[in-house]
Amino acid sequence: MNRSRTNLAVGFFVALGMAAVVFMALKVGNLASFDSSEGYQLEARFDNIGGLKVRAPVKSAGVVVGRVEAIYLDGETYEGVVQIRIRPQYRFSNDTIASILTSGLLGEQYLSLEAGGDPQYLNDGGRFTKTQSAMVLEKLIAQFLYSKASEGSGDRK
Amino acid sequence: MMNVLDLIEGLGASITGSLKRLGLLARFFINLLRVIAPMLKRVDLHIKQIYFVGVRSLAITIVSGLFVGMVLAVQGYEVLQRFGSVESLGSLVALSLVRELGPVVAALLFAGRAGSAMTAEIGLMVATEQIAAMDMMAVNPMARVIAPRFVASIIALPILAMIFSTAGIIGSYMVGVELIGIDSGAFWSQMRVSVDFRVDVLNGLYKAIVFGIAVGLLSVFEGYYSAPTAEGVSSATTRTVVISSLTILVLDFVLTVLMFRGLN
Repeated sequence: MNRSRTNLAVGFFVALGMAAVVFMALKVGNLASFDSSEGYQLEARFDNIGGLKVRAPVKSAGVVVGRVEAIYLDGETYEGVVQIRIRPQYRFSNDTIASILTSGLLGEQYLSLEAGGDPQYLNDGGRFTKTQSAMVLEKLIAQFLYSKASEGSGDRK
Repeated sequence: MMNVLDLIEGLGASITGSLKRLGLLARFFINLLRVIAPMLKRVDLHIKQIYFVGVRSLAITIVSGLFVGMVLAVQGYEVLQRFGSVESLGSLVALSLVRELGPVVAALLFAGRAGSAMTAEIGLMVATEQIAAMDMMAVNPMARVIAPRFVASIIALPILAMIFSTAGIIGSYMVGVELIGIDSGAFWSQMRVSVDFRVDVLNGLYKAIVFGIAVGLLSVFEGYYSAPTAEGVSSATTRTVVISSLTILVLDFVLTVLMFRGLN
């Protein structure tokens, strides 16, 4: 075995391994798309967060602008508190509406931000004043049945 | 009455036997750790071993990875189309490969392909008294023979695991996107949404490093303490593959519980 050929093969092998890690980082994983230490933090409170999970995307107009960092329950108000981190280049006005939506019928839940018209911007640690809770299917069906029932009784009168 | 006592004695003997073996392994590991650091200067020895255990395992790893990825794509598609969410195929395949199958299957292949070869080689060196001869010449066989093989498997296995996962993802892309016809944009974007580099890829890499330590240690240990006969070498080789495979699977469970328990 010629040693320089061995060295060549091992060098090639290690380079291939590095290429695989880079492939994982850039193409498979989301390392390049968002660094979790960057950006500023905001907070939104919901009556019901549904199935929102940590690391879920935060989208505005469908574009990912940040990620959910932490979710916990406020023990006094019994509201679900969602902390999110927004990329530094995006700013949102004070009256931005934060709502929890689902991508597709069975897709994962994400936090949607609809920008308002207030000239004041939310700063690091700020809180959304207008939020819309996650849609719970059972409640929705109950509401639908209730409205159908009241519609039916209205017709009879 | 005697029969029962014989049975209990046999049980006791097998327990003491395996405990002795475990103690021997622990002492062997500590002796090995002592000689690793000064040996690292001998880069050429390590490169030669990485060539034997890593580069020579490349073909089997890539081919297996491709086929595992292809099968995952076909099976995943069958299930996902019932829920109308075939776009999630990318994330299903990537998560299962990066978190579990990449490190585990690469380590199992490594134990069969490289671990058994290391055991047989060292076992034959013991049987032909080459190890004893080295000792006579004041060359520490632990440092000269055992340590480079152990270090090489710790270096080679993580690389092989990453290559396995990459090959698997490429294989699932070929079947899922090119053959079945899932949208390529959805395939990659779903994958990127669900795979986190730090959580999923790096934990997979740590798993592979732990498996590398386990397989490397067991392979050189079984070889070093194999009976110096043809039969001894063959049974040591078998033990390496069997014990390594079981250790990999048990360690995988323990590591998975530790790593992914608090994730959601």
